[in-house]
Amino acid sequence: MSNGNMTLNLKIWRQVNAKTEGKFVDYKVDHVSEDMSFLEMIDVLNEQLVRKGDDAIAFDHDCREGICGMCSMMINGKAHGGFKGTTTCQVHMRLFKDGDTVVVEPWRSRAFPLIKDLTVDRSAFDTIQQAGGYITANTGNAQDANAILIPKPIADEAMDAAACIGCGACVASCPNGSGMLFMSAKVSQLALLPQGKAEAEKRVLEMVQTHDELGFGNCSNHAECEATCPKDISIEHIARTNREYIAAAIKHHEKDRSGGGA
Amino acid sequence: MSFNLDSKIPAGPIEQKWDKHKFDSKLINPSNKRKFTVIVVGTGLAGGSAAATLAELGYNVLSFCIQDSPRRAHSIAAQGGINAAKNYPNDGDSIKRLFYDTVKGGDYRSREANVYRLAQVSNNIIDQSVAQGVPFAREYGGYLDNRSFGGAQVSRTFYARGQTGQQLLLGAYSGMMKMVAKGKIKMFNRREMMDLVVVNGKARGIVCRNLLTGELESYAADAVILATGGYGNVFFLSTNAMASNVTAAWRCHKKGAGFANPCFTQIHPTCIPVHGDYQSKLTLMSESLRNDGRVWVPKKKGDTRKPAEIPDEERDYYLERVYPSFGNLAPRDVSSRQAKFRCDEGLGVGSTGRAVYLDFRDAIKRDGQAKIADKYGNLFEMYQKIVGANPYEEPMMIYPAVHYTMGGLWVDYNLQSTVPGLHVLGEANFSDHGANRLGASALMQGLADGYFVIPYTLGHYLGSNTLEKVTTDMPEFKASLKMVEEQTTKLLSVKGKKTADDFHKQLGHIMWEYVGMSRNEAGLKKAIAEIRKVREEFWKDVQVPGDAGNFNTELHKAARVADFLELGELMALDALERNESCGGHFREEFQTPDNEAKRDDENYAHSAVWEYTGPNSSPVRHKEELTFENVKLATRSYK
Repeated sequence: MSNGNMTLNLKIWRQVNAKTEGKFVDYKVDHVSEDMSFLEMIDVLNEQLVRKGDDAIAFDHDCREGICGMCSMMINGKAHGGFKGTTTCQVHMRLFKDGDTVVVEPWRSRAFPLIKDLTVDRSAFDTIQQAGGYITANTGNAQDANAILIPKPIADEAMDAAACIGCGACVASCPNGSGMLFMSAKVSQLALLPQGKAEAEKRVLEMVQTHDELGFGNCSNHAECEATCPKDISIEHIARTNREYIAAAIKHHEKDRSGGGA
Repeated sequence: MSFNLDSKIPAGPIEQKWDKHKFDSKLINPSNKRKFTVIVVGTGLAGGSAAATLAELGYNVLSFCIQDSPRRAHSIAAQGGINAAKNYPNDGDSIKRLFYDTVKGGDYRSREANVYRLAQVSNNIIDQSVAQGVPFAREYGGYLDNRSFGGAQVSRTFYARGQTGQQLLLGAYSGMMKMVAKGKIKMFNRREMMDLVVVNGKARGIVCRNLLTGELESYAADAVILATGGYGNVFFLSTNAMASNVTAAWRCHKKGAGFANPCFTQIHPTCIPVHGDYQSKLTLMSESLRNDGRVWVPKKKGDTRKPAEIPDEERDYYLERVYPSFGNLAPRDVSSRQAKFRCDEGLGVGSTGRAVYLDFRDAIKRDGQAKIADKYGNLFEMYQKIVGANPYEEPMMIYPAVHYTMGGLWVDYNLQSTVPGLHVLGEANFSDHGANRLGASALMQGLADGYFVIPYTLGHYLGSNTLEKVTTDMPEFKASLKMVEEQTTKLLSVKGKKTADDFHKQLGHIMWEYVGMSRNEAGLKKAIAEIRKVREEFWKDVQVPGDAGNFNTELHKAARVADFLELGELMALDALERNESCGGHFREEFQTPDNEAKRDDENYAHSAVWEYTGPNSSPVRHKEELTFENVKLATRSYK
């Protein structure tokens, strides 16, 4: 039950709020155990700061088991530290060595304004979701669950997409600050499932438009998002979204041209 | 104030109660619904599904969320699955059997009528979730797949890999986002409810802290729905998320809401063991793993061989030995206790001796690694990340940890608390799980309450009460605001030497030691004395840096710890007053010769409902007697 023997040198981004300037501050943390999680190591540092009456480092975190999507740190320049399939809260100190210097920053992206220290505002993701990331199935409408047959491979692929935790690592890693991986995971999940087809065209058109309006960049196939996604969401979903988008856009364009009447 | 514990169970046969009640309930016509405003605090399965459904019906919903988005509520972490009485596998399930299993699983300390309704609507939840696009596991033919969970001999659990809670929550969240877009839900993210506002005896609003700006805000409504989850974090270490806390529920309690069975806490048998003082939380390994994993300890004390080197005849598969008919799928309370007994006997494994093995060797041999990976892959990966060992090659080490609280605010059949207008849903209420919750039933209850119960019962409340107009400049709102302001100022002014976490850990140790898996009179009395000491010290020596005017995470923590320090004492008192063992409440004085919980139905077949009577006066214990007309009270056996 004893704490460990590692010492870490941290460079952590401190910024009181979006209006003030931020800077890196150096901290040393002793007695780090290899069984600690990265966030527990920051907890230890914060306890030291608070005992001295200093302001604790603000960072988002909640479930600490890799599913809520709250934690969001750039560790040594990589979202969540760049360990495969791992969120910041699941990074453990055994992945570091005694004496390491570790740089910790917030997500940096135009669509995610900074709040304080390592905390950013990701509410743009909710806005994208509101633009169509749902199936309009009011409570009470549903038929028996087994009335809709969904072949296992389709259900599995939809689940692969649905696994997205909305952490924003994709945006933070993308040179264009694109939210396409996040958005496409939802578009793709619902486009794959028979229940989602009724609204598929409207969904993709409106979600893409909202994504662009919120200041996210477009995708230019760097695939950094896929490489850093803690849930291994594939960029194939971006490809599917593009196909869905083009088909829907052409159809609606034709409809507009031949439209009129009403 | 008199304490009205009328459960309002409708008359008639249990199969017809809910239908009859729905028919007897007042309706509000669609054009009038838009005149009502409803506050929903919490956005997990219960709060999220309630907010979405009430908004669909036409009510104006104000939704409050402690995280930065409703998608992050802790329901998201539920892994294994959700129960329903579909009987798709044709293995003998029915509404009645799910009802029976749940009442028995709760060790006969829940209200029959509520549990029957829960089993009735369970099937609608699966239908609704599929309609929303929840990607449940499927068979090759396209039909839904099921698995088994503890305390049941049928396969009734629907699942989406090991992320069922996430997928169901995202379903409810998508419903919410749809209604936000339509302007029927107004979202208030990063808000923490700090007080309930009661006007003329009815719940009419809340005061909350804007966690980003520190500002205190007041909101008025026609009714308040609380869906703020459980209070397991009173133990400091639990499987709950870091922000999960009791403050909202506790403040309602102080405003007149009875708190029922606070000592009923669930210690989950399969969690990753504690390994250091710095540890911030414990991680659950889904109960579904017990479908294929076998739990064992070495037969010999101090056996330091690697698990693979210990032959079968020198292993004690103790759950299979003690409970031959349920085996590794014995319910959570009894499985946890058996793990504790083995470790107390000195047979525990790992560096601390407080762990047992959960072994997949035989399942991998039988089904192949690929099939096991398909079922549990993400759980195995999670284990490996935390522990640094590969569970495909060596057994997992697990130990019980605090996971869920069956106790909570008392509610009647309509989910209304003892404060008119305050309705409580999901884990925050006490209603359906008695003294022990069965696996995969929390998701079911949260969604049942939100999608299928509250839309009816809230309409009835609004339709049968005269609600005068209230505004946030009324004295009741101002008084609440002032109370919270004063508490905040007090917390910031102590400027002591210890952090909020220091006190929280101290409290947690006391709770785990004396109010944990096994309790006795002397220990509980000691716990009460020690908690009082810690509470006193807290208000003299806590250090909360900074001020109230910004994003001050230490202030948020300290305010929560202050309430946990009050709740902890009530839990110990409740455990002390319940002179029997039942479900997760195990009093050492009351056990059978083979160490099983010994109930006292003559004196304790009731819910204990505590009334708050002021800071310097003892709480009063009231009773709601439980009557069992459809299930025969029997000694619970899984042998």
